[in-house]
Amino acid sequence: MYWRLILVSILGQMQYKVSFILNVTGQFVSTIIEMAAIWALFTRFGSLEHWKFEEVCLFYGIVNISFAIADGLSSGFDRFGTEYIRTGNFDRILVRPRGIVLQLLGHELALRRLGRLTQGLIVLVWAIVMLDLVLDPITFIYLMITIASGTCLFMALFVLQATLSFWSVESLEVMNTLTYGGVQTTQYPISIYEEWFRKFFTFVVPVACVAYFPILVLLGKQDPLGSSIVFQVLSPIAGFLFLAFAIALFRFVGVKHYTSTGS
Amino acid sequence: MSQIVVESLWKRFQVAERKPGFVGALRGVFSRSYREINALRNVGFSVEPGELVGYIGPNGAGKSTTIKVLSGILAPSSGKCEINGLTPWLNRQQHVKNIGVVFGQRTQLWWDLPVVESFELLRDIYQVPTRDYKDRRDELVQTMQIEDLLDTPVRQLSLGQRMRCDLVAALLHRPSILFLDEPTIGLDAVSKLAIREFIRKLNRDHGVTVILTTHDMDEIEALCERIIVIDNGAIFNDGTLESLRSRVNPERRLKVEFSENIAFSHDDVRIVSREGNTLHLSFNPNRMTTTGLIQLLSESYPVKDLFVENPPIEEIIAQLYETNS
Repeated sequence: MYWRLILVSILGQMQYKVSFILNVTGQFVSTIIEMAAIWALFTRFGSLEHWKFEEVCLFYGIVNISFAIADGLSSGFDRFGTEYIRTGNFDRILVRPRGIVLQLLGHELALRRLGRLTQGLIVLVWAIVMLDLVLDPITFIYLMITIASGTCLFMALFVLQATLSFWSVESLEVMNTLTYGGVQTTQYPISIYEEWFRKFFTFVVPVACVAYFPILVLLGKQDPLGSSIVFQVLSPIAGFLFLAFAIALFRFVGVKHYTSTGS
Repeated sequence: MSQIVVESLWKRFQVAERKPGFVGALRGVFSRSYREINALRNVGFSVEPGELVGYIGPNGAGKSTTIKVLSGILAPSSGKCEINGLTPWLNRQQHVKNIGVVFGQRTQLWWDLPVVESFELLRDIYQVPTRDYKDRRDELVQTMQIEDLLDTPVRQLSLGQRMRCDLVAALLHRPSILFLDEPTIGLDAVSKLAIREFIRKLNRDHGVTVILTTHDMDEIEALCERIIVIDNGAIFNDGTLESLRSRVNPERRLKVEFSENIAFSHDDVRIVSREGNTLHLSFNPNRMTTTGLIQLLSESYPVKDLFVENPPIEEIIAQLYETNS
């Protein structure tokens, strides 16, 4: 069923060809400009604490690939408040004999995220080549796990945003600071930030666990903050757990609230 | 055993009260006062397989809330509801396999897709076997006469066309119960009749249990043997149209045409209106029987034509709503 819904959404997006192409190229260009800004900073200041430009590019690539995939998969959650709660379309989901989360994932596969995805991939490959990283099977699998974990984490943020919309459709801005803010933050190594900020993004919304710590492992680099290697290797688990937590919250608190209060 | 059993169902809503004006809105941010509303008060009824029940009441009476509880969208505050042995809000996925739901105000179809593709998607969602699906779809498409619409995107359909497609969509998985929430709202007369005929056929030939909410009293009169009236969250009357009629307004009407202008008066008979030589009379059958009145008239006056009529159901309902509010 999921694949059928996805196929339909893709066909739907193809109906609006011009808008689709503009969207993808627009995203591609805007992420390139973002990249250019980072590059400009580095040419001006040489390096960022102990970090080279190529290393930051590795962060940028991984985080953006994760976010692009998550964003593409979760538009049902991203637009949950406006398209399901406010319109009452959520009732339609509830009267169908399938899981709610699965139906929402099938809402749309947002192909316009391809722009960001492609650009992220290019940056990642470029960084890997420049840094002479050897991609043996284990490193490669670890890289994939890191990206998957990041995807889960960003999806979790969309799911949390959807959960909040059960109470208020206007809560979107708060969550945007976390999703887009999270992406912006983790594009850089978190060692450059203040301590409270680092702690927040490690233990509360664990974006550092899907970028900073596993990337240290990939780079074989000592953590300037002094975290242990075991913690670094295991940190991507946080992404998967965070998604499980968000989905549980959505189902058992959000949906329950809806069904007990009505629209 | 009854197919639908509802017992002492209560639903309380907390409604945030906002004071009017800017200051009120500002205060609402910090402290909200809640008002409790009882959308359902001790609602109970049971429905046998194959019944066609009209569920009526004024806006805000609790019709939609009941339908939402029965279709598993809302959980009640307290009370019991069993449909085909399942509790809708506890066994949601299992329960909704057996029911079809149509909301007149909202489509179940995919806006950008041709109608037939929406059907295919629903086939997947409800996991209907392919052969079974084909037979069922062709049969429904034929009876609803939507062959020509199948390749049209839903957004291009007129309201009447869309509603016909929606009905087909709700029945592809052969539900044993169909909930219709104002299915003919805003439709033209032809579409209304087509849909009415379809519902009747579905109920009579296929034994599908139908629960129908509507404001269209013709529809109730044409379709429903049994009518449940809900008002202010509580069930006011549950029975045949006749029982409702006699409870609310027992009066009968007689239209009499005389061959000349006559003066008529009687203590038990009220003259509703007069048009030339025609009188509209109203009387209470408990005090004056219809035959008695006809006899009395034809003996004493030059009667040309007689016509017995019941007060239209709209009047009954309007009266019902008035006396209650």
